[in-house]
Amino acid sequence: MATPKPRVKVPKKAAKGDIVTLKTLISHPMESGQRKDRKTGELIPRKIINKFTCEYNDQLVFSCDMDPAVSANPYMEFTAKIEESGTFKFSWVDDDGSIYTTEKKLTVA
Amino acid sequence: MTITIKAAIALGGLLVSGLGQTAIAGGPVDEKLVIDDEFEMITRTAPPEGHPLDEVISGWHYRKAETRALEADSFQNPGMLYVERGEEIWNTVDGAAGKSCASCHGDDGEFLKGLGAGYPKWNASAGKPFNIELQIDACRQDHMEAEPYKFDAADQKALTTYIKHQSIGMPVEIDLTEGDMNAWWEKGKETYYTRTGQLNLACASCHEGYNGFHIRADHLSQGNANGFPTYRLKQSTMVSLHNRFRGCIRDTRAEFPDAFSDELMALEVYVTWRGTGLSVETPAVRQ
Repeated sequence: MATPKPRVKVPKKAAKGDIVTLKTLISHPMESGQRKDRKTGELIPRKIINKFTCEYNDQLVFSCDMDPAVSANPYMEFTAKIEESGTFKFSWVDDDGSIYTTEKKLTVA
Repeated sequence: MTITIKAAIALGGLLVSGLGQTAIAGGPVDEKLVIDDEFEMITRTAPPEGHPLDEVISGWHYRKAETRALEADSFQNPGMLYVERGEEIWNTVDGAAGKSCASCHGDDGEFLKGLGAGYPKWNASAGKPFNIELQIDACRQDHMEAEPYKFDAADQKALTTYIKHQSIGMPVEIDLTEGDMNAWWEKGKETYYTRTGQLNLACASCHEGYNGFHIRADHLSQGNANGFPTYRLKQSTMVSLHNRFRGCIRDTRAEFPDAFSDELMALEVYVTWRGTGLSVETPAVRQ
């Protein structure tokens, strides 16, 4: 897979005080740095997503560090309590410094 | 009095089901695969005529609860990432003719509906059965003037996954009446039952005789092809049917044939037929 592509699932609407479930998945090989190239015998350099964060209206909802044992295409599921309408911002930080982001709006009915 | 009889019947029922479970210790789980709580898949069905087993069962039933749950939620299913990538490829122009798949077949998926459930299919001009991968390559060469894919190239797997996914839920049914399909079926059957390798195993040794049992830590399924290409957690990527064939043959410590060779194409025809009636599950999630 060329550029990692994030996918997130967030409800569009919620009532004030609701606890909503957020699901995220990103395509990424999560190369551990411990495998060897079958042909050359050389180590394949490590390339993983090492950090994930989710913010809601610039307030941190969830974040985690990831290590080489995390499998390819990491999936995260967590919850957030909603008090007001706003925007979720999800970011994945790659070893090479690239940051993949995506945003989703949620309206409090 | 009635109450006593009912109780006795209930107890009898329990005993019977209890015995049934012991007989197939570690066998297929008795659950239903419903994707996104909406689309129920046919994962158990009556076999086609001439089939050696009493019931055709999808490999989904042989996996752990966590793996089964991954397939039941199309968001969690990592194979869906490859379906999306495949759709991109479908709509991307490639080759000297300046065409994409969509240029001829449209981009709404209507053309592909049910198509994947009927492959491998007889190809009269080549005089052999074609699977989806070979069909893609033929289209690329003849109509797009593009290079055929190398076996198991990332794009080949993604595009195959996308194409077969358009038939999700539809029962596998291949047409054996076309051309020499019957002869290929016979040839595939012979391969299926021929013991090979230092371990002297045929496909049937494990997948017919011992499905539901463990081979070391692995839980043997019937080895049906309805979920291929499959997302295998072990490889963390899509695994094509011919990759899996070669892996199994390698595990018998035999030399394995080339992908898309006549031998493996015949085996694909026969193995796909063995899963007749099961829903296409692509992208299935397996161990």
